[in-house]
Parts: sequence; C-alpha cells; structure tokens
Amino acid sequence: MSWFSLSTVEFQALTLSLWVAGASVLVSLPIATAVAYVLARCQFWGHSLLNALVHLPLVLPPVVTGYLLLLAFGRHGVFGPVLEILGLQLAFTAAGAALAAAVMAFPLIVRAIRLSIESLDPKLEEAARTLGASPVRLFVFVILPLIFPGILAGAVVGFAKALGEFGATITFVSNIPGETQTIASAIYALLQVPGQEAALGRMIGFSILLSFGALLLSEILARRMVRR
Amino acid sequence: MTVTLDIQMRRHGFSLNAKLNAPAGVSVIFGPSGSGKTTLLRAVAGLDPVDQGHIAIDHVDMAGVAPHRRAVGYVFQEPRLLPHLTVLGNLKFAQKMGRVVAGQSFDDVTDLLELRTLLQRYPVALSGGEAQRVALGRALLSAPKCLCLDEPLSALDHDLKQRILPYLERLRDQTKIPILYVTHDAAEMARLADHIVLMRAGKSVLSGPASEVLADPAAVPFLGIRAAGTVILGCVEPPDPTTGLAVMSFAGGQLILPELVQPVGHKVRIRISAQDIVLATEMPNNLSALNILQGVISDFHHGQGPGVMVQFRVGETLFLARVTQYSAVKMGLVLGQTVFAIVKASAFDPAGIGS
Repeated sequence: MSWFSLSTVEFQALTLSLWVAGASVLVSLPIATAVAYVLARCQFWGHSLLNALVHLPLVLPPVVTGYLLLLAFGRHGVFGPVLEILGLQLAFTAAGAALAAAVMAFPLIVRAIRLSIESLDPKLEEAARTLGASPVRLFVFVILPLIFPGILAGAVVGFAKALGEFGATITFVSNIPGETQTIASAIYALLQVPGQEAALGRMIGFSILLSFGALLLSEILARRMVRR
Repeated sequence: MTVTLDIQMRRHGFSLNAKLNAPAGVSVIFGPSGSGKTTLLRAVAGLDPVDQGHIAIDHVDMAGVAPHRRAVGYVFQEPRLLPHLTVLGNLKFAQKMGRVVAGQSFDDVTDLLELRTLLQRYPVALSGGEAQRVALGRALLSAPKCLCLDEPLSALDHDLKQRILPYLERLRDQTKIPILYVTHDAAEMARLADHIVLMRAGKSVLSGPASEVLADPAAVPFLGIRAAGTVILGCVEPPDPTTGLAVMSFAGGQLILPELVQPVGHKVRIRISAQDIVLATEMPNNLSALNILQGVISDFHHGQGPGVMVQFRVGETLFLARVTQYSAVKMGLVLGQTVFAIVKASAFDPAGIGS
C-alpha cells in the first residue's frame, strides 16, 4: 500500500469526522445563537447559572463530560427510555459522536456569537423598533444579518473543535472503526500499535489540512463581509 | 391628526411632568439640555415607559403600546441607519415594517429629500447631512402618524444645518402629521416652529402658537434674551426701486431687508431679535436705519437684570424690544402708548430667514 492510498477504515474515519463536525455545528448554531442572545441581552434570575452551565464542558475534563452523556443518554440513562420510544440510539453511534462534539463545541460557539451581539449598537434596534419592526422581524432583519460574522466565526471555531474532539467522544461512543471512529480516535488507535507511521502520518496530515482549511475559509468569508 | 399628552415619569432621580397638545405642523420643544425634551419624545415613541398620565396619537390611547405598534417616526441625533443595508435598503426596510399601507409614496419622499443619487450607497459612504436626510426619509416612509425629531441637526456644522433646514421647511409645509421637534437652538426654533412648548427642569412651562410665545414677555426668562424676539410671516414683494433692497410685507406693514433668496410672491418667515430693535417715542427722521414701524405698547416684562422687555403691536403682529430700565423710565413708556421701532436692515440674520 502506498503512502497516499487510503484504507477503507481510514476513509471512513475521515468522512465520519467531517459528518460529525458538520452535524454538530449545524445542530448547535440555532441553540447557541438563542442562548448567546439571552446571555447578552436578558437580565434574569439564574443568568450566572446558565452562563456557568454553558461553559461547563469547557472546564470539565472531557472524559467526565462523556461519562455524564452516558448517564443522560445511555441505554440505561435518564433519557434512555425516551430515546428508546423514539427509536433513537446515541451511545456508541455516529449520532452520539455528533452530540458529544456538539456539547464540547457549544461554549465556544456561544462565546463567539455573544461577543458579536454585545458589540451591536442597541441604538440601531431602537431605531428599527420605531420604524415598526416587531421583535421577531427585528431579530430576522436587523440582528441576524449584523451578527452574521460572529455566527460564522462561531461555526468555524466550533467545527474545528468538533473535528478534534476526543475525550468525550471516546467515552460516550467508544472507538469502533467504521462506526464511531473519527480522525482523532483513529490517530489514538494507530498510536497504540507500532509500525503504523504511514497511516499515522496520513491521518495527522488530514487533521492539519481540515483545520487549516476551515480557518482559511472563515477568513475569506469574513473579509468579504467587511468589504461590503 | 394630533398628539396630546399629559405625563409624569421619574427616572434616575429626574422627574418629568409635561403637558402637550400638538396639532399638525411643527411643535418645537425648546429648553436647555437636561430639561427633559428627549425624555418627552422617547415617551411619545414608547421607548421609555411612562409612570402616569396618558399619551394619545390621533385620539388613540398609546399607554402600554409597544414602540413598533405606535407608528411614531423618530429621527435621532445620530442617523442610526442600518449599516448592512444600502440607502435604498434602509428606505425599503421602513416601508416594509410600517404598519399602515397608506403613507407617503417612495417617489415623493426621495424627491422631497433629494435622495435619488444616494440610493445605491451604504451608510458608511454618506456624509453627516446625507445620512440625516436618509434617516428623515426612512422615518417618513414608515407611514408615521406623528414624527419625532430629536435635535436632528445638532451633530451637523452650521453650513450643513443651513442646507438641511429648507428640507425640513418643505416637510412641514407638505405633510399633515404633527411633528415634534426638539431643539435648544433658537434660530432653528424660529425658522420651523408653528407651535412652541418651553421646557424647564422637567416641566412644560409655557406653550402656544410660535408668533405669540416668541413675542410673549413672560417667555423671555425661558427663551433667553438672545432668543426672544418676533417671528414674522410675510410675503416677498418686488425690490425697492430706489435702493434695490428686498422688501417683504406682513400683517402690519412692510420691512426692507438686505437680501431675500425667495422669489417675489413667495411666503417668507423672518425673525427679529428683541435686542435688535430700538424704540423711540417720536417719529425719528434723518436716520440710517431703513425700517421704522409704528406700534402700540401692549405688555412689559421686568427681568432680574437691567433690561425691560417691551411688547408692542404693529397691525396684527406682536413685536418684542429690549430696552434698559433707565431708558424705559426716561422715555416714560406706558401701556397703550404709541412707539416707533427702528430696525436696521442688517439686523436680519440670513440664517434665520426661512420660507
């Protein structure tokens, strides 16, 4: 096997990683935007608590987060019966990998979007309200387009985080080649066996390439926004 | 359409207690900074909650109504244009958000404010005056039942103000909605006001038609000596054949002015400051001043300073002159006395001449 030809398992790890990262960001974005808006603009009892909760995955050891996910969404977990009725299985599946990645990326996405909401001039919102914009239209036509660069930044940083997620993922969904093995867990598996330098090199190469590409893409998109 | 309000509110140690009755036309809310002018406007637009009282726009009670349902167009001190939209986008946004369909047409507004050449630009590419014109157009296109202008010219320099004032005059003459105009600039007030509400320390202290309030001696402490004076509405006459100077007629006589940009037959509105008028008890002769008006003294106001404000009537028009206590006594000025008012043609501030 040459240096550049991928084995099936490696190819599956690559596509799974992309799918997991993409799906986790897509699922997180709307919720993260709502949470960021609430944290940035609303004063209520429990504000600090919500803020701490959102940031928890950032400071907890990932393995703890993964274990907590098992406790919550495992077959015998708190939501196990509900998931079973819905016919969903998360633990030890690709969907579960996406959930773990989403939870881990969530605080980073919220932070990026919250920053852009906080830098919004509330005077613009006042002006839009006097023009007749209801709260929903205000959000859709004024706030959303203005914070789009922040959402984009959150998506990219979240994508990169999800791509590299390891601890929570391996705890929650294990490391099953072709099913739940992402690039990160594949690299980990390869490191356990001697003589896998070529495969290891390829996976590390992909990892760097994907992260770098994501950053580059966000830079180009952000610049296009500014130019307008 | 009218706006009526009688409100009390208390915020951050400041209390506002204001009454207002604004018919169609421009009602200028005048007062020093901190007198509650902006707070009043924000209450009308629903941007700040009112503690007590009522606000009615077009006889509909607006208490507790959200700002976006009030149909109050608001122009702030800064333009506050949406930066992600072009000028056209900003105008269309207002049209789309406006609750009422029947407003001024897009073409009318863009013509009135000369916005056509700006439509494709983004707000960052506009000058201060252009941006404020767009903000005004945007407010008009939201189909407002009432327009609140909060010192819309305060951020602009003198020349720009002079260029925008004619747009506001046109707006005043062409729309049928009440316009609440907040300013602390006496010249702006004199040019635009149909009605005046004077604010002091959170209270509305005096209100009425502009020509009466400005010439009311009791208003002098609130207007300040420089702002007190007469606003005269008149009509441009053909220039004086001997001197070539401009002439305007008003209810009570004629005035000679150095220059008028308005064409003959056009409406004109000028302001004569109380301190630019000299009084005499006899008809003076051989004088360099060109305007001598004969009037009858109708009111006095003694202030804290050395001056006396003398109100006199020329025909149907009220004038205000400021003389010293000493002169008033020496001349023996009394109510009902006939006086001659001397006004230098150069006393007319070109910036204060409007249409």
